[in-house]
Amino acid sequence: MSRMLPRARPRSWRVPVFIAVACGLLAGSCADRASSVTLAGSTAFQPFAEKLADAYDAAHPEIDVTVQGGGSAVGISAAINGAAQIGMADLVELPPDAKIPTAFVVARDGIAVIVNPANGIADLTMARIRDIYAGAIRNWKDLGGPDRLITVVSRESGSGTRSSFETILGRFDLADSAIIQDSNGTVRATVADDAGAIGYLSYGLVSDAIKAVKVDGLPCTTELILAGKYRLVRPIYFLCMGEPSPAAKGFIDYVLGPAGQASIEADGLLPATTSRGAR
Amino acid sequence: MKAASDRIAERILLAVACTAILCLLVIAAFIFKEGIPFLLKVGPRDFLFSSDWRPDAGSYGIFPMIASSLWVTFGALAIGAPLGISGAIFLAEFSPPAVVQVVKPAIELLAGIPSVVFGFIGVMVLAPFIRRVAGGPGLSVLAAAIVLGVMILPTVMSISIDALRAVPQSFREGAFALGATRWQAVRMVVLKAARSGLLAGTILGMGRAIGETMAVIMVAGNSVKMPASPLDSARTLTANIALEMGYATGLHRQALFATGIVLFVVIMILNASAMAALKRKGAARR
Amino acid sequence: MNAHKLSQRVAVALLGGATLLTLAAVAFVIFFVLEKGLSQVNLEFLLSKPRDMGKEGGIFPAIAGTLFLSLLAIAAALPLGVGTAVYLAEYTRENGFTRALRFGTDCLAGIPSIIFGLFGYIFFVTTLRMGWSLLAGALTLAIMVLPTIIRSSEEAIRSVPESWREVSLSVGATRWETVRKVVLPSALPGIVTGVMLSFGRSIGETAAVIFTAGSSFRMPRGVFDSVRTMAVHFYILAREGISTEKAYGTAAVLVMSVLAVNVLTYWLMHRFIARRAR
Repeated sequence: MSRMLPRARPRSWRVPVFIAVACGLLAGSCADRASSVTLAGSTAFQPFAEKLADAYDAAHPEIDVTVQGGGSAVGISAAINGAAQIGMADLVELPPDAKIPTAFVVARDGIAVIVNPANGIADLTMARIRDIYAGAIRNWKDLGGPDRLITVVSRESGSGTRSSFETILGRFDLADSAIIQDSNGTVRATVADDAGAIGYLSYGLVSDAIKAVKVDGLPCTTELILAGKYRLVRPIYFLCMGEPSPAAKGFIDYVLGPAGQASIEADGLLPATTSRGAR
Repeated sequence: MKAASDRIAERILLAVACTAILCLLVIAAFIFKEGIPFLLKVGPRDFLFSSDWRPDAGSYGIFPMIASSLWVTFGALAIGAPLGISGAIFLAEFSPPAVVQVVKPAIELLAGIPSVVFGFIGVMVLAPFIRRVAGGPGLSVLAAAIVLGVMILPTVMSISIDALRAVPQSFREGAFALGATRWQAVRMVVLKAARSGLLAGTILGMGRAIGETMAVIMVAGNSVKMPASPLDSARTLTANIALEMGYATGLHRQALFATGIVLFVVIMILNASAMAALKRKGAARR
Repeated sequence: MNAHKLSQRVAVALLGGATLLTLAAVAFVIFFVLEKGLSQVNLEFLLSKPRDMGKEGGIFPAIAGTLFLSLLAIAAALPLGVGTAVYLAEYTRENGFTRALRFGTDCLAGIPSIIFGLFGYIFFVTTLRMGWSLLAGALTLAIMVLPTIIRSSEEAIRSVPESWREVSLSVGATRWETVRKVVLPSALPGIVTGVMLSFGRSIGETAAVIFTAGSSFRMPRGVFDSVRTMAVHFYILAREGISTEKAYGTAAVLVMSVLAVNVLTYWLMHRFIARRAR
């Protein structure tokens, strides 16, 4: 009786098509791994790295440069466990348990301290900033401003920007009531909208929506950072376990070379002092 | 011959079911394997009931996060469940099919919008609104509850509509034959018959609310302090994990997996009470 | 009698109000995104690669990445999920084992996506050495949506009237034939609801995808390539403050794709139902 039931004819083409597609996908995956470089880590530097990778790719199409994010700490652990050939980290000092033998500084970035444009305060000392962030000063009127509670905005504890900020200011415990945001963009949006807020971010992202205050009387400008006077600055590292592979070395040389550094500068970061630190 | 193919089909399906369940078990095992050593070392009491979360100093107290997660989830349910189920009843029982054909896909569209978009709208529109109207930083438990409530609406409503539609028409006709109005039929007959489906929708919605990470990180403020009111900034268990996972190593990372265990246990308790409620009120349909 | 009619009117008004409120929320979100983003969307945006860190150019690789990732994830989860649901609903009796299973499935539906992301990172990306890849991302997403598909498929299968099965068995069909030709087709709308909800969730998923599929902005050439989905791209653009306009443009494309997928699925379902009616 089963022979008399009609077979569902439309189904028969589906299986071969599926197998063909699957084979195609797998075949395309057998890529040559030796000429590929993966970078992972600092989300602040990720867009810059992508732009550099695109430019490098145009000149060297046989090398495959892929950029991932995840944060500075992911960069360190990816370099250690081999998931990435180059780890990117934007930290003032690398943590002691990151036993990375080779570190290249590829750029530097200033950290601007920002407040809402409606806030009259234009200048803060580092000690005062630390007190605000530790929760010792809670109202703008204690600083000569309006009677308004201070909304402290900081970054997540894995952020390179945050650990650099806290390290430079001197170790302190962040106030419990501080609002934590997970990116420069959302810090900026929060401060832009809350008249009582204070925050910090990459100085290349300062816009008209917020106001950057002077720190110890010094505004955050390229000249003052390069002169070493403005102190809230952090380097951006490329980290490799041991000697970088030839493909990775080619890319690192490009980034440290004139074309790479010009691209970095054009988008708001500072050029590196080409120092190679062996650890 | 037919019996043979039937048995083969049954074996294959059994294998499939076992594979699926195996996947789910592997995840559970993974979370527990990473988190249990931590609980044994630090002790559940300090972990769960201390309000001191400072991993750098070695203290891992997540009590404020537990409270925040519960506040935010129940707030989301308070918004999402009544709206979702009411809307489902209206669409399934009181609307012409043409209306449902248009409205249901429109609401399911909401399910496709990424949580980060909701989060971003929350930051740009909702938090400032709350700050202006009610005070506080705006980034708060209330903001998170509203955003999550809207996010779980399609889940609750979709599954509820399907559950209501699955109630056989004969149930309603029986009620009409006894002289009930449409609303009485719905209230006294249909809702009871669809109860397990409605509950399923709510539970899945609740599951989504507890597990939501990105949107909550963007609008809840993430401060480690215990929230004293819905207008306070708060950090949920999921936000805690996401914010620190990329950074944490060793004991700190294990602490975050232990947080995952806590989430798992909380969900198990919630689901168990839902199932118990079902059992008490009505028999399973099969 | 009048009191009953009155209470019905009140009830309908309230329920209708709730529906309107829901629709208002949907409309607000969609119009907000489209109003800010639609101006960015043109053929160049859709079909070209990004330039200058995403400030210029388009998002084609992200569109391709999103499609590949979601389709692969659903392709993996669908047979697994529906098969499990069929087995649970048709081949087992309601007992402690199935209740425990359903309970476990519900619990897993609540596990935060970040934990799936970490599991995927540690298991697929690192231990199995897949690297940040389409495959790692798809497998992780598949496990994430599995509970939803199992639950809603099972619900749909159980709601097929028992009498239909009895009729089928009484004309001599085997259990498997009954499932294939009677139960599954009529449970299809419910199954499709679950699949669409899962598809929507996988399109919008960010935390799990970043950790497993990575965020590389190249066109994927195989399953071991990293991809960036539109949701991840939106997240990166918006959070780093690089280009709010392009971010909204991406969100607009996302919203429109979901709309397109929904419309397509409903149309397919209608055709299927119409064909069966013949």
